Amino acid sequence: MRRLARSLLGPLLAVLIALLIGAVLLSLSGFDPVQAYLALFDGAFGSTRAWQRTLEKATPLIFAGLAVAFGFRGGLFNIGAQGQLVLGAMTAAIIGFAVSGLPAWAHIGLALLAGALVGALFGAIPGVLKVYTGAHEVITTIMLNYVAVNLTDYLSGGPLKDPAGGGVIARTPPILESAQMPVWGPLPSGFVLSVLLAAVVYVVLNATTYGFEVRMVGQNARAARYAGVRVAWVVVSTMLLSGLMAGLGGAVETLGVVHRFQPGFNVGLGFEGITVALLGRNHPAGVILAALLVGAMKAGSNQMQFAARVPREILDVIMALMLFFVAADYIIRTLLRLREEGEERLVLTTGWGSYE
Amino acid sequence: MRRFSRSWVVAGVVLLGVLVAYGLSPQMTQAVLAVTLRQAIPLVLGALCGLMGERSGVINIGIEGQMLLAAFLAFMTVVWTDNLWLGVAVGVLVGVVMGLMLAFMAVTLKMDQIIAGTVLNILAIGLTGYYYQIGVSIKGKFTPIAIPVLSKIPLLGPVLFENPPLTYITLILVVVIHFVLFYTPWGLRSRAVGEHPRAADTLGINVFLVRYVNLLIGGALAGLAGAFLTLEAVGTFERLMTNGRGFVALAVMIFGRWNPIPAFLASLLFGFALALQTQLQAMAVVNIPHQFISMLPYILTILVLAGLRGRTRPPAADGIPYEKE
Repeated sequence: MRRLARSLLGPLLAVLIALLIGAVLLSLSGFDPVQAYLALFDGAFGSTRAWQRTLEKATPLIFAGLAVAFGFRGGLFNIGAQGQLVLGAMTAAIIGFAVSGLPAWAHIGLALLAGALVGALFGAIPGVLKVYTGAHEVITTIMLNYVAVNLTDYLSGGPLKDPAGGGVIARTPPILESAQMPVWGPLPSGFVLSVLLAAVVYVVLNATTYGFEVRMVGQNARAARYAGVRVAWVVVSTMLLSGLMAGLGGAVETLGVVHRFQPGFNVGLGFEGITVALLGRNHPAGVILAALLVGAMKAGSNQMQFAARVPREILDVIMALMLFFVAADYIIRTLLRLREEGEERLVLTTGWGSYE
Repeated sequence: MRRFSRSWVVAGVVLLGVLVAYGLSPQMTQAVLAVTLRQAIPLVLGALCGLMGERSGVINIGIEGQMLLAAFLAFMTVVWTDNLWLGVAVGVLVGVVMGLMLAFMAVTLKMDQIIAGTVLNILAIGLTGYYYQIGVSIKGKFTPIAIPVLSKIPLLGPVLFENPPLTYITLILVVVIHFVLFYTPWGLRSRAVGEHPRAADTLGINVFLVRYVNLLIGGALAGLAGAFLTLEAVGTFERLMTNGRGFVALAVMIFGRWNPIPAFLASLLFGFALALQTQLQAMAVVNIPHQFISMLPYILTILVLAGLRGRTRPPAADGIPYEKE
């Protein structure tokens, strides 16, 4: 219990400090921070509909956060969650509008599977490049993000463009009703799926040999090799699974919320996944909590903009500050020797191409 | 020796290609080369920024963010004061402040350097998004200054000697940083700190100070790149306008083997890919969807990184925080 309280303390402090600085920035721009935050809270939790919005916004963040966190545990920084997510979303949309005559469960299942698969394959590319050429995943994943965005822009503005309404907007046709993921009361089914995935990730990381190998490579790849771990395979499969989760998140977003693919609708989710992963200290349960927090902020941003006239971009600033303080928190704890026993250190900087 | 002769072969092929292209279409060749140089400027500045940090052992993945915030504030300064050079000064200053933040996180707090840089990037995206204003503009951007006589040389003249001021400054900086790194005591200290900080420390070199100063210089260079984007290249600010240049710059730095002059040549290669993107789109000479042309520089970056296995060696202490004993 004390251990739990301790690991919650850092992120909570980070969130509080970030909100405080955000309030200062708001008052400097002439807004009333109390009014803004109250509107934000109301928009996120004030009604059943608000709750549904919060859960909907949190869902893709859980997927993206799990993707990034899983990579982190294996010592890999998957900044490419964005690209994998976008491709997953596009793939699900294609299955959603192009395949017909299936019962809902099969149609949804097929679209989810296809989205996850494409995300996995796209995520595996930087893994393969890292193992066989030494190209650092931080750069290759960012570059692949641009490739994914251009590719989906091309598809949704070209061959897959929705002809309805004169075809003015670059977007795919809407998915069929049989591919839409249901919402139970305020509870989106995608959210349930994301929580299940978090549980699976937890079990894999903590109760399987494979998960142990992933964490071992993340802590010290060289030691893992001496211990007989096939490091190359672990690196590639970690990136593959990370991409799978991001792709699945994109598919869920398409099937549950957007109901088609439209460029710009998924922007930033992958990057927010980084914030969510670090805020959740790379623990699946932490990821869920952090995603709910960030999701609530996004869900309430409309209300805040409407009621208090505050531009929603202030939330990007607040999120960056959260990231800063939570990242700095690792250090403060180390310096104060507050670190719990058995907690893993985050080791990402292995140099360029020095991965042998 | 073998590498030396290979460089000459590459140079020969490039020269031949340019001459053939010039024979076919002088105007287009000149345009493409001019755009190549213009696209290369922020890349080489970013690469110099990365190189200053890494030569002394700190990886800077936040170049993108440094450029973006500097580009924004440089632009806004000119909107408010109408003074282009004041804008440049503010851009450089913003870069320095961001460099200081990185140094604080990476050197003092010993935070993971990749995370530290990511914080800078996300912070810059957030701040520029929040304070971004639609509909503000500046009266004019930097205009080309023709250097007498030299600008009259066919092809080379208009490309090299008829540029706006920040381009000249950048070309001079490439040489200056080369000189500083390899011919001054400070450069020697920086490289020592990047290769073997413990040994450098034993010899009385202040490892933390060297890293701090180099990250501040790097920040200034990234800030200049940002100012170049808004005040010389485009003349306006758009959200996310750096478009991955800060990351491509890291590939340029690696391709240039952490050396200023080869990095400049590498930036020309990437600049050429970006120039093709804009020129091919503008002229619609080939019927390829523009999105595929837009992918070129990014794919080139991946290929360059992947193709350099075992051929490059980063500074030995790159990315490792220094712990005093």
